[in-house]
Amino acid sequence: MFDRRKFLLGGAALALSGCKVFDSATEGDSALRKLFASHESLTQAAQRALIGEKLAPEFSEADIRQGQRPNGSVNPDGADYRRMAEAGFRDYRLTVAGLVDAPQSLSLAELTALPSRTQITRHDCVEGWSCIAKWQGVPLGTVLKMAQPKVTARYAVFHCFDAIERSLSGEVFYYESIDLIDAFHPQTILAYAMNGAPLPVANGAPLRLRVERQLGYKMAKYVHTIELTDSLASLGFGKGSYWADRGYEWYAGI
Amino acid sequence: MPQGPLVYRQRLVTRVTHWVWAVSLFFLMLTGLQIFNAFPSLHIGKEAGFDYDNAILEIGAVEADGELRGVTRVFEAEFDTTGVLGVSGGEARAFPAALTIPSKTSLATGRVIHFFFAWVLVGTLALWLVASALNGHLRQLVPTWADLRALPRDIVDHARLRFHHRGEYSVLQKLAYASVLFVALPLMILSGLSMSPGFNAAAPWLLEVFGGRQTARTIHFLTMVALLGFFAVHMAMILLAGPLNEMRSILTGWYRTEEERDV
Repeated sequence: MFDRRKFLLGGAALALSGCKVFDSATEGDSALRKLFASHESLTQAAQRALIGEKLAPEFSEADIRQGQRPNGSVNPDGADYRRMAEAGFRDYRLTVAGLVDAPQSLSLAELTALPSRTQITRHDCVEGWSCIAKWQGVPLGTVLKMAQPKVTARYAVFHCFDAIERSLSGEVFYYESIDLIDAFHPQTILAYAMNGAPLPVANGAPLRLRVERQLGYKMAKYVHTIELTDSLASLGFGKGSYWADRGYEWYAGI
Repeated sequence: MPQGPLVYRQRLVTRVTHWVWAVSLFFLMLTGLQIFNAFPSLHIGKEAGFDYDNAILEIGAVEADGELRGVTRVFEAEFDTTGVLGVSGGEARAFPAALTIPSKTSLATGRVIHFFFAWVLVGTLALWLVASALNGHLRQLVPTWADLRALPRDIVDHARLRFHHRGEYSVLQKLAYASVLFVALPLMILSGLSMSPGFNAAAPWLLEVFGGRQTARTIHFLTMVALLGFFAVHMAMILLAGPLNEMRSILTGWYRTEEERDV
């Protein structure tokens, strides 16, 4: 049916739509996109210089006014993960591998037995919302020290249980990475508890990363393996993270 | 009106930075609306209320009788904004394609372009500030006591569309430009930085000043609206005061003054 109103609105939008000229910037390999994306190294250098080792703001119990809104995958449906979840993650093992002298395989009981850190922090989604929650976990630095990184290690790569994308070419499991500066930051923890209870499945059970000075997508959920590497080139499309490979900043401090 | 001499009013650095800002603010606004579309509501406080309501603006789409309707809520008031806000071009999106860069929905691209021009804006503002402090332009923007005493008269003159074409800016001009350069743009930059989790670690006090990240986001948006208001008045004034002379002065620096007689 011919909808005149819609037609008129469409026409007006088209006439106004000078902005389409810049749509080529959505394509990752266009020269325009590369020019715009050049901000990222400047942003990272400026923020690193300003922040140093400083901590992200922490909040009080009174600031926890709602549950932590989950985003991305909220219920991984892989058979291995389902079976493990039904058994209360008794069989879960965290693997620490790659450029390390002492590879680790740690159960949840072993992880929770390590000294933990509890922090009430604000989770900032790249979409623009924020949510405050209490996180408890083992500092990533503690686990990495146990594995004894080789001097050539530069990045910690997180491999996850959740298939974030399914296509004809197969499943894409979530992957993310941070450099060792953020990996050894005291607030960077592998969280197993949230708001005083075991980490819910929707929020990344049994173990998720917290990188408090960056955006939510850096904080990989459902982590099963941490791999230390000296390069991100062979991971995904080479940008170092699922979302970085899809046009978002790898350094997500802004 | 008798013509006065041509005076050299805007130096090269003033003209170049003016146009770089114009281009940057165009991109910053339209990519900003793209970013806003990813979470089309504004909140007051540290976080966005999902289990409670701390929103002062919400743009959404609802389906009624098999048709998508755009709904905009401002505080408690709800408006049907189908075609412009909430639903446009047959799809659910807060701001329409014509007002976002890129036109299609792409948060990643909006962010990349936004931060690129944010750096351009900050860089040229710094350059302008240093150059203007050295070349005396800064002093031309600060109203003097004599200016402030003449304020009521300048308001009346502007209301009557009687503009005085002098080498110096009128007091209303000074106040308008100074509030953009020393209030609105710094507020824009600081509220923007206060949304950055990295910058929050560097300057937690600034977050406190703004009253939390979501309030900073709301202030960022409202300052954009204020700048848009400045832009509208700026354009109107140029058209009313003589567009050719005004354009010549911001392109070449030369401005035609007029003989003034006391009346």
